[in-house]
Amino acid sequence: MHVITAENISKKYIIDHQGIRKPSSLRDVVSDGFEQLFNKKKKDSAATRKEEFWALKDVNFTIDRGDRIGIVGHNGAGKSTLLKILSRITDPTTGQVSIDGRVASLLEVGTGFHPELTGRENIFLNGAILGMNKSEIKKSFDAIVDFAGVEKFLDTPVKRYSSGMYVRLGFAIAAHLEPEIMIIDEVLAVGDAEFQKKCLGKMRDVSESGRTLLFVSHNLTAIQALCNKSFYFEKGQLLDQGETSRIVTSYLSRVSQKKLEREWADIDSAPGNDEIRVKSFKLLPDYLDELMHIDVRTSMEIQFEFWNMVEDAQLNLSLHLYSFTGECIFNVGTSSQAFARGLITGTLEIPGHFLNDGSYMISIMVVKDTSSVIYNMEEALTFDVEDFREGVTWYGKWPGYIRPQLNFSLNQPESVMNG
Amino acid sequence: MAYRTTIKAGGSGADYWLDLWRNRQLLWILSKRDISVRYKQTLLGVAWSVLRPLMTMLVMVVVFSQVAKLPPDPNIPYPLMILGGLTIWTFFSGAFSQVSNSIVLNSNLVSKVYFPRLLMPLSAVAVGFIDFLISLVLFIGLSFYYNYLPSVNIVFLPLFLVLTFVSALSFGLFFSVINVRFRDIAQLIPFIVQVGMYACPIAYSTRLVRDSLPQYYKYYIMNPAVGIIDGFKWCLLGDNSYFDLNSLYPTIIVSMVALFLSVAYFRKKENTFVDYI
Repeated sequence: MHVITAENISKKYIIDHQGIRKPSSLRDVVSDGFEQLFNKKKKDSAATRKEEFWALKDVNFTIDRGDRIGIVGHNGAGKSTLLKILSRITDPTTGQVSIDGRVASLLEVGTGFHPELTGRENIFLNGAILGMNKSEIKKSFDAIVDFAGVEKFLDTPVKRYSSGMYVRLGFAIAAHLEPEIMIIDEVLAVGDAEFQKKCLGKMRDVSESGRTLLFVSHNLTAIQALCNKSFYFEKGQLLDQGETSRIVTSYLSRVSQKKLEREWADIDSAPGNDEIRVKSFKLLPDYLDELMHIDVRTSMEIQFEFWNMVEDAQLNLSLHLYSFTGECIFNVGTSSQAFARGLITGTLEIPGHFLNDGSYMISIMVVKDTSSVIYNMEEALTFDVEDFREGVTWYGKWPGYIRPQLNFSLNQPESVMNG
Repeated sequence: MAYRTTIKAGGSGADYWLDLWRNRQLLWILSKRDISVRYKQTLLGVAWSVLRPLMTMLVMVVVFSQVAKLPPDPNIPYPLMILGGLTIWTFFSGAFSQVSNSIVLNSNLVSKVYFPRLLMPLSAVAVGFIDFLISLVLFIGLSFYYNYLPSVNIVFLPLFLVLTFVSALSFGLFFSVINVRFRDIAQLIPFIVQVGMYACPIAYSTRLVRDSLPQYYKYYIMNPAVGIIDGFKWCLLGDNSYFDLNSLYPTIIVSMVALFLSVAYFRKKENTFVDYI
């Protein structure tokens, strides 16, 4: 029996290109209005600068009772928009969803916690916000406190909690909801290993008790462990659905089809300037299997070529690797040397077991006379590194920017044992 | 199936009020939250709710009665007349400003979880109501001090409370929606409350307006707050307190129409809050 039926749901956003300034105070609206009143041309151009963006487009699916659905896709694929529509936070622009049963959605841990209130008060507040009634909360109160491990701090305002305690309490409340349908967005990315194990166990209980689960995560390991079926979203469309293992495989292979090579054949239209022109950037992973995707074990080589247009130029190259959130992970530079006019090539090796899973961007800078930047190409290449682990029962996001394999061992000197 | 939800463009429609009813416990809990966090980490705590009307009353008594020498309504002690007006104004202005800010103050909820959005402004009334009750107790104490006993008019008190609630909610609802898009409202509200305090018969009697500005009197009583305040004072202080029944009609008409329009406006806009907040 279908518990969720979605027919043709789409969500449109209007992106305002009216410069950086968005009219956000009445004064701006009034002054914009006046400008447009007296300057008709401007109004026309302002209208054309508004752009439609379909975060979801014609999505259809049905979900059966007891299904555990994993939702995968890149950032901006429409996963979060879908969850927002299913949780009734925002309306679809078109289409319709019918849901049978009570829905609890967990888009954030500890939604509505008030920092000034105590843990005890917040359990009741948060529980009510998530849709529990008072008797249900009372019934599971002890279990929640126990699960979160905050007995001693029940009467302390949550603003004095450590972030770990805060998150644990938030998840504990959500875990004791008893809805027929549960929607979870990326909450496993929090807490310590011990707690994540508890969370996963709880989520498995939820699904084994016949309830329906929708789970969005970038963490494919967790999705494979939890979900029997999966949806793959790309650019607002539901591209594929089916058995989790098949969807994850096809997702990974599609990921690897991302353009990792950029080439410009014509020197005149290639990016650059009078001094240098870029010919190509390539990221060549040393794939481990036929799936052709980059995971944390994969080593790769970055190859680049550019034309030097100036005779006897003293050049060196500087390469930055950024995380998707914009932090620079590292910066490496070549030594400076003299080049004649013509093609210059270079390579950089990035070893396997070095970068953590995540999305990365590379920017390349050409420097003249070790001092002046003559060309800087931001986001020259972007690529994703997928997670891989063996022999662990923990599926949380592996912390850190890098994930090196270092010599790390334990031993027990006998002398200490005797003493 | 007990819970069947249909989600489509333009909101929920028919089961809206049922949904609101199902969530009545949340209304209570949100109100309780607003009340209990109000004076956290303050030294004087709830004493503020007593001090504020008391100080305001003292200042007004000194300025309007002692300095300006305005006459009170016959046989009514000036402080009692002022505190009567202040008490209901506390309810109206507190509820009105809390309702106006309710959506923005709860923006973390708006963007993360669904519940009928109308619960936020409804629960925001609570804080103003508690202040009102405290002020009312203060008023009762003061009337004992002046040995001024209430009349039978007091049976009409609930009517004026309902009217105050309806008008504060409906004006507040309207502003709460605009506030989501334009935070100018947050600047405007304290100003409205401040001006309103002098535009309404709190520090003085409506009788004075009638006697000294007869040509403007008919406009003065169009202000819906005048009917509420005079009516409330009439309930507590008896027939000595000036109350023109003609001032009640604008109150009833304006607040009912405003309620109808603002709820409709709120419902039309509530599903777009998340996009602007």
